Amino acid sequence: MTNTAEAREVVLRLNGITKRFGSLTANDSVDVTLHRGEVIALLGENGAGKTTLMNILFGHYTADEGTVEVFGRTLAPGATGAALKAGVGMVHQHFTLAGNLTVLDNILLGTAPLWSLGRGRREAQARVRKLAADFGLAVHPGAKVGTLSVGERQRVEILKALYRDARVLILDEPTAVLTPQESDALFETLRKAVDQGLSVIFISHKLHEVMAISDRVLVLRHGKLVGETPTAETTPHALAELMVGAEIAQPVPSEAKPGATLLSLRSVFAHPPGHRTGLQGIDLDLRAGQILGLAGVSGNGQGALAELISGEAKPQSGEMRLGNKAAPPWSPRAALAAQIGRIPEDRHSTGSIADFSLTENAILESYKDTALSRAGWMRWSAAEAFAKQVISRYDVRCPGPEARIRLLSGGNMQKLILGRALESNPRIILANQPVRGLDIGAVTYVQKRLIAARDAGAAILLISEDLDEILGLADVIRVMSEGRLSPEFLRGSMTATELGRWMAGEGFDRAA
Amino acid sequence: MEIFEILLSASFWAAAVRIASPLIFASMGELICERAGVLNLGIEGIMVVGAFAGWMAVYAGTGLWVGVGVAMAAGMLFGLLHATLTVPFGLSQHVVGLGITLLATSAAYYAYRLALPEVTSPPRIIPFQLYEVPLLSQIPILGQALFNQTPLTYLAFAVVGVTAFVLYRTPLGLALRAAGENPSAVEAQGLSVTALRMGAVIVGSGLMAVGGAFLTMSAFDSFFFEMVNGRGWICIALVVFGAWRPGKALLGALLFAAFDALQIRLQQTGLGMLVPYQVFLMIPYILSILALILMSRRAEVPAALMVPYNRGER
Repeated sequence: MTNTAEAREVVLRLNGITKRFGSLTANDSVDVTLHRGEVIALLGENGAGKTTLMNILFGHYTADEGTVEVFGRTLAPGATGAALKAGVGMVHQHFTLAGNLTVLDNILLGTAPLWSLGRGRREAQARVRKLAADFGLAVHPGAKVGTLSVGERQRVEILKALYRDARVLILDEPTAVLTPQESDALFETLRKAVDQGLSVIFISHKLHEVMAISDRVLVLRHGKLVGETPTAETTPHALAELMVGAEIAQPVPSEAKPGATLLSLRSVFAHPPGHRTGLQGIDLDLRAGQILGLAGVSGNGQGALAELISGEAKPQSGEMRLGNKAAPPWSPRAALAAQIGRIPEDRHSTGSIADFSLTENAILESYKDTALSRAGWMRWSAAEAFAKQVISRYDVRCPGPEARIRLLSGGNMQKLILGRALESNPRIILANQPVRGLDIGAVTYVQKRLIAARDAGAAILLISEDLDEILGLADVIRVMSEGRLSPEFLRGSMTATELGRWMAGEGFDRAA
Repeated sequence: MEIFEILLSASFWAAAVRIASPLIFASMGELICERAGVLNLGIEGIMVVGAFAGWMAVYAGTGLWVGVGVAMAAGMLFGLLHATLTVPFGLSQHVVGLGITLLATSAAYYAYRLALPEVTSPPRIIPFQLYEVPLLSQIPILGQALFNQTPLTYLAFAVVGVTAFVLYRTPLGLALRAAGENPSAVEAQGLSVTALRMGAVIVGSGLMAVGGAFLTMSAFDSFFFEMVNGRGWICIALVVFGAWRPGKALLGALLFAAFDALQIRLQQTGLGMLVPYQVFLMIPYILSILALILMSRRAEVPAALMVPYNRGER
């Protein structure tokens, strides 16, 4: 399908796009050409300029240099909605849907002039049904979006674009929130779209998906287009090196030597407020020197489990043991006293205080230690020494310990949190999505540190929505679905597809 | 039982509909604002402005319907101020709303003193008169309650129908509701959240002012200080009671008004001799709180209510 690309109609062309924010060049004369019926993948780390490029295409930013052409016509710079009208549809990573409105309402929003009576809803509904059938996007038009699963919401977003007669679909990290089965269904939809002459830009950093779906790959690094190659002529490894600009080595943990059970749960129920799903009577053992990887689609009880282990939530019933003793009355303080190191899911909202300095953030969990405060008085010199130690040992790139943490990039913020948790040599480590949103360099670093902590004898619970991360790091894998836990699977005993079935909730009834 | 006599009398139901009318206008106005994502606490003051402006215009010599227009325009002016501060500037909707209420109330009283410096009792106007709808008004009890009212009351019911139609049947209404649910979804379609929200607040404020004008131009024939007397706050509760739906809010307004009409009549019964009248005054509020608790538990609040929208922020 790729060899005739030059001869085919060009549907979208970005010519020499350059965009500067102050001294930072977010896009440096980027050229992108998209042909009819083609899938191109746009690959790059966080901050490589993918989002900026799309914002320029949709008129949210004005490019300093360069032009955008859709179907041969140049779009006026900075005109929001121009690309939309010209037939370019975007499925954002964060969906732009209204939860209290129906699927049909969400699709119809903005399709008719505001000062009109609108077209018949019956007719509109019939058209949505037809599109849904043609493209394999099963979803009920009358359902409220708030009641749909993430995968269904994504289908609504795609239907929105198709209803507007989009001829080009742009998908930003579309599989980040999907189960492998949902991802396969999405790819099926995209293939149908391509068969009908649509073109697709697929933005991702998951290399195997890029290899599976795209005809051509474009790699962005530091705002520059550093590589453009037909997918058939490259390998995931070569693409990863292009993205990072250096040889990378995925950390491979050595054989685990599991020791004593440090934390165990027996038939624990807990449903902390704010979580859709609670724990439905789970058994769990965290063993010294072992990484237990917890896979699952987000919102299936992982949040509740993380809050339980971090001490933010208490078990409602069931037994919780630390080593061979019953756990003390459970609280965040008790969890810290039990030497549980915590890497929270959201480093911004629960992991740090944005306007506090690095020093203050570094001692958030330990400020009551006698080393840091005495008789109610803070010992700031000791606190600053501790922060400096974390900064140097964990390679936190920052102006200094007095800088506010909000100035740090996600990767450096995470390194500080990691250092804060690991520096006290915790016996149990709760790592909830420790590498989410980090670029490959920081991911590798964090993962190496976790493996080192394991080798030093810590019991690690790694919660992740990224199956590749689980498959690569975990010594033992369990899957969470609807608040239940699958049996333990040893490293290498399960494929991604098999785990995906568990993630979709299959097998639990048989196991129970 | 005296209470059954009251409930079966046409005059009781007619009074309930009359008492409900200003609440219907104002709660529709508030509902439109909130559906677009803006809580308008200026409602109490805007009703005072409407009550004063409509009455003053008629006293100065305009026709009654022109007076209604003047009231609406005055309300829209304060709505514009509210919208400017809360939508493009994104200021706190609570603070701005309460500020508008204080400002609008004082401005109305000040204008009253400027216009009529010497008078001790406010002058009267000839208000809207009852209009008996042929045939329909002959239906027993209901006919006299619903179809022997002033034209402003008929307009109030029409406003409910138009509001419901626009909100649920037109692209404009869909965009408005979406602006109150997820503004970035609206912006992603190339529509302006700012324009939608400002428009909703301005039109909604106009309706609130007409609600106020009903008091001076239909229910009474003159303007008194303190005559709005918390009706605006009741309307805020009615919108919640109605789960942000026009039909349910109308029902709530009628229910509250019926309790109010009932307590006036109960004061004159044998019971009224035994119990202090303040207890009766409390009845509609107590019953409203109970109804609110029962009705609004499953209500779906517009998700983006009171959340200022700034383009480009997540």
